[in-house]
Amino acid sequence: MELLKTFIERKEDIWYAFIDHIYLSAVSILFAIVISVPLGILLTRYRKIAEPIIGVAAVIQTIPGLALLAFMLPLFGIGQEPAIIAFTLYALLPVLRNTYTGILGVDPSMIDAGKGMGMTSWQILFMVELPLSLPVIMAGIRTASVFTIGLAALAAFIGGGGLGELIVRGMSMNDDSLIMAGAIPAALLAILFDLAFRLLERTMTPRGLKV
Amino acid sequence: MIRFEHVSKEYKDGTVAVKDLNLEVRRGELLTLIGPSGCGKTTTMRMINRLIEPTSGTITIDGEDISEADPVELRRNIGYVIQQIGLFPHMTIGQNIALVPKLKKWKPDQYEKRVDELLDLVGLDPSVFKKRYPGELSGGQQQRVGVIRALAAEPDIILMDEPFSALDPISREQLQDDIVHLQEKIQKTIVFVTHDMNEATKIASRIAIMNEGELIQMDTPDKLLRHPANEFVRNFIGEDRLSPSTPTVIDLMHTSVATSSPRRGLAEALRLMKAKKVDSLLVTDQQNHLLGVVTLEKVAEHYRDEEKTIAHLLDRDIKTLQPSDSVSTVAEIFHESQIRAVPVVDEEHKLIGIVTRASMMRGLANWNNGVL
Repeated sequence: MELLKTFIERKEDIWYAFIDHIYLSAVSILFAIVISVPLGILLTRYRKIAEPIIGVAAVIQTIPGLALLAFMLPLFGIGQEPAIIAFTLYALLPVLRNTYTGILGVDPSMIDAGKGMGMTSWQILFMVELPLSLPVIMAGIRTASVFTIGLAALAAFIGGGGLGELIVRGMSMNDDSLIMAGAIPAALLAILFDLAFRLLERTMTPRGLKV
Repeated sequence: MIRFEHVSKEYKDGTVAVKDLNLEVRRGELLTLIGPSGCGKTTTMRMINRLIEPTSGTITIDGEDISEADPVELRRNIGYVIQQIGLFPHMTIGQNIALVPKLKKWKPDQYEKRVDELLDLVGLDPSVFKKRYPGELSGGQQQRVGVIRALAAEPDIILMDEPFSALDPISREQLQDDIVHLQEKIQKTIVFVTHDMNEATKIASRIAIMNEGELIQMDTPDKLLRHPANEFVRNFIGEDRLSPSTPTVIDLMHTSVATSSPRRGLAEALRLMKAKKVDSLLVTDQQNHLLGVVTLEKVAEHYRDEEKTIAHLLDRDIKTLQPSDSVSTVAEIFHESQIRAVPVVDEEHKLIGIVTRASMMRGLANWNNGVL
């Protein structure tokens, strides 16, 4: 009952925190996609440097979320921007790795056929490699988005807002229902994103690949 | 049409895939490149559309050096069929076939019409198959689409890299038949790589046999089977296929022959002819070399002259046969002259047998039985 009351009393706070949370996550994922997909494609063309670069992205991911945010403070100060930078760095690896392995995983005979039929390398990329590796790339994006939403709860520690705000406040005020008011929407959001991306993945997978 | 001049290909690791290759593919022929794996046949084919660049030498198409052509443009004008079929699984059959015409900027109504036409050509109903995806087709159907996709933009040249070897035996047979019929209609210049001699002999106008990067022999299937250039070709073709398609003299001759030495007298000769019931004797020396023939007529004419021996009456200017001569050669001799028997000699002119009309008929009869 306590919890319900908190939800009703603070519905505006929750709503704004919720929107902030989505904003933080969505922007970070978008940046990660914009950086990682082209980079992943590029790395398939320069395979010698691929391992070190993917290695760097993997190292970033081993840094605990809170520590990464702490690193942001001296460099970028507080607020949403440093939080978004940190989450973007975090989301790079799954998208990068899946783009790279997805494109390398395309059946070489497909590329041979495309090349032999007179496709330019751009046409091979957009007409063959990307459509065929799309399911793998989408899976990477889905992984990245689910844990970015979890991670976004930490943004509150450097003044980035989001549902973490409610959790942090609840913890300092020793108010359990306030903590839950932040945690429950955050969990739901993660599940929602996962479902949405699953759906997106399914609609974006070319029909011929599903048979 | 396509000409290789002193073409070599050496890979970076030092393996020489093709060595000083000279070869010409004629317009409208189906040339199969065949040989054991690693013989350079695929490399040779892939140099035609510049998927592989030669290390040295020139390749020309209609006299034009392809190394000066834009590779993308070149490939759009050369059909390409691969072993793995290579249909794009995310595109419908119609989209797959229309791909090269689209790359060449044909208008939609133009390529749509072409797609229908091509599907009809290989007996796939356009209204059924056009909208399907490759994954919904059998392997044989898929490769049919692979073949017509290569024909879509009406190229003069089509390259096929072991296109049927991944198919089940029944589909493979059907597609081989298809390609023979198709080629009768379209008369394209086709370079077809295979490792299957049965396939090659079935579909090829000419076969080029390669080994270790070199062209060993190039000829029509029939000539290749009859006259393999060397031991390698013989082994590659396989002994069972080497049994000639028509009987030769060796199948048609008698080996027991009435012979005589040239020193015999005429009375002796006459007695021998009577005993053997023949009207001529083949005359040989002691090493069995054929010297000529003596006929009953001549012996009878000079019978009274006791001084004469066979040597005096010898007719040295006679027709002979080699054991490898074909039945048609024998038939021609019998057809053109009244000769009743033709001696068979080996390379050293030693007598090994005789072909008569009767022995020929018997030989043909036996040969047929043997084959059936």
